[in-house]
Amino acid sequence: MEKRTKSFYVLTAFFALFILFLYGPTLTIGILSFQGPEGGLTFPMRGVSLNWFRELYMEQAVGDIWGAFRRSLVLGLMVMVTTVTVSVMGGFAFRKRFYGSGILFYLIIASLVIPSILISLGVGLIFNQFGLKIHWATSGFGSQLTWTLPFGLLIMFAVFNRFDKSFEEAARDQGASPWQTVRYVVLPIIAPSLIGVALFGFTLSYDEFARTLLTSGSYNTLPLEIFGMTTNVTTPVIYALGTLTTLFSLLIIGAFLLTVWIMGKRRARFGSDAGKGV
Amino acid sequence: MLKNRHIQGWLQASPLTLILIGFLILPIITIVVVSFWQATEFSIIPAFSLENYQFLFGSPVTYKVFFATFKYALITWAMTLAIGFTVAYYLAFHIRSQTMQIALFLLCTIPFWTSNIIRMISWIPFLGRNGIANSALQSWGIIDQPLEWLLYSDFSVILAFVHLYTLFMVVPIFNTMTRIDHSLIEAARDNGASGFQTLIHVIFPLTKPGIMIGTIFVLTLVMGDFITVRFMSGSQKANVGRLISNDIALLQYPSAAATAVILLITVLIVIGILLRFVDIRKEL
Repeated sequence: MEKRTKSFYVLTAFFALFILFLYGPTLTIGILSFQGPEGGLTFPMRGVSLNWFRELYMEQAVGDIWGAFRRSLVLGLMVMVTTVTVSVMGGFAFRKRFYGSGILFYLIIASLVIPSILISLGVGLIFNQFGLKIHWATSGFGSQLTWTLPFGLLIMFAVFNRFDKSFEEAARDQGASPWQTVRYVVLPIIAPSLIGVALFGFTLSYDEFARTLLTSGSYNTLPLEIFGMTTNVTTPVIYALGTLTTLFSLLIIGAFLLTVWIMGKRRARFGSDAGKGV
Repeated sequence: MLKNRHIQGWLQASPLTLILIGFLILPIITIVVVSFWQATEFSIIPAFSLENYQFLFGSPVTYKVFFATFKYALITWAMTLAIGFTVAYYLAFHIRSQTMQIALFLLCTIPFWTSNIIRMISWIPFLGRNGIANSALQSWGIIDQPLEWLLYSDFSVILAFVHLYTLFMVVPIFNTMTRIDHSLIEAARDNGASGFQTLIHVIFPLTKPGIMIGTIFVLTLVMGDFITVRFMSGSQKANVGRLISNDIALLQYPSAAATAVILLITVLIVIGILLRFVDIRKEL
């Protein structure tokens, strides 16, 4: 192996600082959420307690955060399932060029780059004009899809660009119907990427703020509830909430990544040894 | 068969198309229409008028706020590019084991899947008047008084932008870098290029598509933002997004819509220019 140069060590230090910059603040509020009952929003710690986590269970201290959490969870799952389904179908569509596919592609990019507040404002206005009731599960759901779908589709495009078509041809040559080819050949091959799409769908929805701001109606999702708290809550209870919801996010991310990893392992174990000369 | 292919394509893309029509195209059309309406304090009147635009272009606040938006976008862009390029370069060319590369890359991307609001809130104990930064600087004797401009200032706004969005530079740049043919770098070295010369004359030009995609992300996210500026400046600074959200809060929808139309046109012009330098479909 080649010797490490000086620039390697400089860059390693830079990278370490970057990671500290990324995670430091979150770790800080993690520590401060264990602040004693007398403690404030900054150091020093005045004792260590679970006081602020207990307060999360008292409605008068924090409002309806558990209801908000349930709504965000349900909405996240709805968005996740829709994002995966629609992205996979869209991914299949874009494998061949069809009339207008170019325009549709630029619409997807537009959906990604358009300022979120425009979606929020526009969807809110439409629902008002047509006398429809704004609700997180209708207007909020649709607005969030304009943010999660582009990510899902870009992942699918990347996957299908690298997809080896000879697998499908082999299946077809052996007499598989088009549906069987998709079900037993294509989908299993792209499965780990679908887990990735699901991860984007769920987490981006669970944390979405701007697109739900004017489209969620009278019941808040969790990010809206948390933002509301920043204006009137001045105790570490907001750190406790932040720590809990970040831990929940990490748990979800961990579960998704673990699934991908296990899939990879299984594949390596049960995969074909064709061409390996065994 | 030819016709069949187009019908099949549209059938498969139909859910996507319907969602984009309903929640992207129709909202934009509505905003454009409403931007020509009039408003009183209590209601909006569907009558054609240019008064929202006349007011918008006649007000010095508009120009100031657009200037501030560009300022945030440019500074954030320069910083996220510098940091993002360095991090991606380190991951792509200095980490030799692929497992380690994936692990460190994930370490960089995980915060993207957590809440932006929480990540903004988490700067308070750092930057506040009695925060970690001020306490540390005071105990080291660098300053006597706590610095007031750490929180609720342009500084904290840009810091939060860089914190939230550097990821959007790291990922596409890293993606392009991993696809650079290593024999090109060997060729540069064999011809006597120093590490730095290779970086500037070989790696950097080949990474341009990734840089462009990252740039598109960062510029549009910062230009369309309203919540980071509001939260991190303690409502003391303004950008275009905040102008829109303030109008919405006052139920001045036509005026908000007119500002939104101008913002959208501005963003699309910027994207249009950037897309001339990169073919996104080729980079996926």
